[in-house]
Amino acid sequence: MPLIENGRIGEDAWSFAPDGEPVPNDRPVIISFERWQAERASFDGRNAKLGVRLKSGTLAGAIAPDLDRFALVAVEFAKFRDGRGFSTARELRERYGYTGEIRAVGHVIPDQYQFLVRTGFTSVEAPEDTNPESWANALTEITVAFQPSLDETDPLSLLRRKLKVG
Amino acid sequence: MNHIAPGARAGIYHYDEIDRRFVGERVEQFRKQVERRLAGELTEEEFKPIRLMNGLYLQLHAYMLRIAVPYGVMTSVQLRKLASIGRRYDRGYGHFTTRQNLQYNWIKLEDTPAILHELAEVDMHALQTSGNCVRNVTTDQFVGAAADEVVDGRVYAEILRQWTTLHPEFTYLPRKFKIAISGASSDRAAVRVHDVGLLAKRNAAGEAGFTFYVGGGLGRSPFIGKLVREWVAEEDFVAYLEAILRVYNQYGRRDNIYKARIKILVHELGLEKFKAEVEEEFARLRGPKYRLDPEIVAGIRAHFAPPPFEDLPTRSDALERAKAENPAFANWVAVNVAEHRQPGYAIATISLKPAGGIPGDATCDQMDLIADLAERHSFGELRVSHVQNIVLAHVKQDELFALWTELDAAGLGTANAGLIGDIIACPGLDYCALANARSIPLAQALSARFADPIRQRAIGELGIKISGCINACGHHHIAAIGILGVDKKGTEFYQITVGGDPTLTAAIGDILGPAVTETEAVDAVEAIVEVYLANRTDQDERFIDTLKRVGHAPFKERIYAAD
Repeated sequence: MPLIENGRIGEDAWSFAPDGEPVPNDRPVIISFERWQAERASFDGRNAKLGVRLKSGTLAGAIAPDLDRFALVAVEFAKFRDGRGFSTARELRERYGYTGEIRAVGHVIPDQYQFLVRTGFTSVEAPEDTNPESWANALTEITVAFQPSLDETDPLSLLRRKLKVG
Repeated sequence: MNHIAPGARAGIYHYDEIDRRFVGERVEQFRKQVERRLAGELTEEEFKPIRLMNGLYLQLHAYMLRIAVPYGVMTSVQLRKLASIGRRYDRGYGHFTTRQNLQYNWIKLEDTPAILHELAEVDMHALQTSGNCVRNVTTDQFVGAAADEVVDGRVYAEILRQWTTLHPEFTYLPRKFKIAISGASSDRAAVRVHDVGLLAKRNAAGEAGFTFYVGGGLGRSPFIGKLVREWVAEEDFVAYLEAILRVYNQYGRRDNIYKARIKILVHELGLEKFKAEVEEEFARLRGPKYRLDPEIVAGIRAHFAPPPFEDLPTRSDALERAKAENPAFANWVAVNVAEHRQPGYAIATISLKPAGGIPGDATCDQMDLIADLAERHSFGELRVSHVQNIVLAHVKQDELFALWTELDAAGLGTANAGLIGDIIACPGLDYCALANARSIPLAQALSARFADPIRQRAIGELGIKISGCINACGHHHIAAIGILGVDKKGTEFYQITVGGDPTLTAAIGDILGPAVTETEAVDAVEAIVEVYLANRTDQDERFIDTLKRVGHAPFKERIYAAD
């Protein structure tokens, strides 16, 4: 599936290993949070990068103690209307200080892209037939924001000002 | 500096270029979203929340477009634009809502981008008037004028308007989220039946702060908001709300639309656990990033500076003379005019509840007239109240008679603010796809039955609120007399509740007995009123106080005696 990064389709170095299937040792692989819980010892000594995929009901706190083991956290949106993932990403960044890649997976639409970026996501797994233009456009069509983004600390920026993303 | 406020005198938030750019970009964004829907790039399921967050809601017969009136305050120029849109794209009228907004009930989808464009010309939009986001923040319709005001709620409602606009984290919440602020000693904003209800107050040092009630709401499971924190300092105002919303966004139920409001979360988690979760988030969020800087507050407060009042004597001889000469006017003043904190001025409520009329409806001609009157008598500014009336907040007492004369000639002089004829009703089965029964004809029948202004005044403070289904948009739970439409095997019936209270002593009404037909409902309300009048100790004992004292029995007996 196409990977959206910085408003463009990018190369995806990661693959997902479904539960029960072997996990390749020589390249970056994403596993499910459930598998991580059940088989965590089997990943001791692994050199290639590991990522974890959280179901939409799994909140940031569940993975927080193990975040240093993962170069990527994939946050699933079961339905695009289920906005829990926005808080999950924000908690990962703000509360648990996670600096790796946060990827939105599942059902996400371009109209949410700016919100995703502003809550700490770095990439989005988009559906096969997606229109890349809509993703590019989503980053630039609104240029004003009324809340601080993740990287801003200036208290005077709390309310309305021009947006820097995009 | 801009085109929306005559003389820029009114206490309203003035858009600047950044605000205008934002609204313009949103209009263009929605136009493209409609195109992408038509091209099949967005599914109907995906388009629906986008359309809702732009105010467009599909009703029984047509689209409804709900226009945002931030905290109910607008200018005469904006109202004229609403009148002109109603004429051009609707059927010559608009409907003022319990969220202090205005909605058009007969809109065509294809006209929407053009309407949004016209609204943008007067710094208006329809953003976040529907959908699972933070909705228009409401406040006291007498804000900035009331004699009992402690803190100006507009300042903080505007801060929240900005903070909640396209909030990246809280635009796909489990369910809609409604906030109300009251900054006066009387709560005119019904704060305890909101998802978050805020009482703005001052400490001994004169600093502003907030009491937070969370988890109030009506609908099929009514709850009174619970006290979550007695004092949140002004600088923590946004951080504390951010903490509440983050807890709600993560833990609020998403498996059942009827259990998704924050009231259910507070109820299921328990107040103590909910508070602990919020406090934990708040403790972390409390850094400089979310601190509400006094400079920001001062900058926004400057928009709401008092208009240039004249120095006038407290008592107006002209007013007293007019009252003495014209009893109908004197009655209107006694009922619809409230005390202003500025000597020589008064707050006038324009009732949109004429006998036999549709509560909250105004024709476009009436809107134009109200805009003219607001310009001539109230610094070009007006408010929509959550009980669906219009308020001119700064009228010289000397000019009240002239104002009333014109209102009366246009059918807008009804003297029933706060009385039994001041009925709240949802759109009901006449418009709404969710309704079980019609609300409007019953409201019309009731207001016609109690049309006599002298009788209304003799009955005193007594609110009737009507909802056409258990979603309770007509707020029937918190009415002195509440009426709920139900469907019994295809026939419309009405269930009557008594003893609800929308103020700080908030209470949910109790069901009086079996549901009745529409005709019986009007008679039942009249019977309730008669029992009240027969039982009250004196004219000052309000209906709800008599009810508390004598209980349900005499009312039940009278209504259901024949059964």
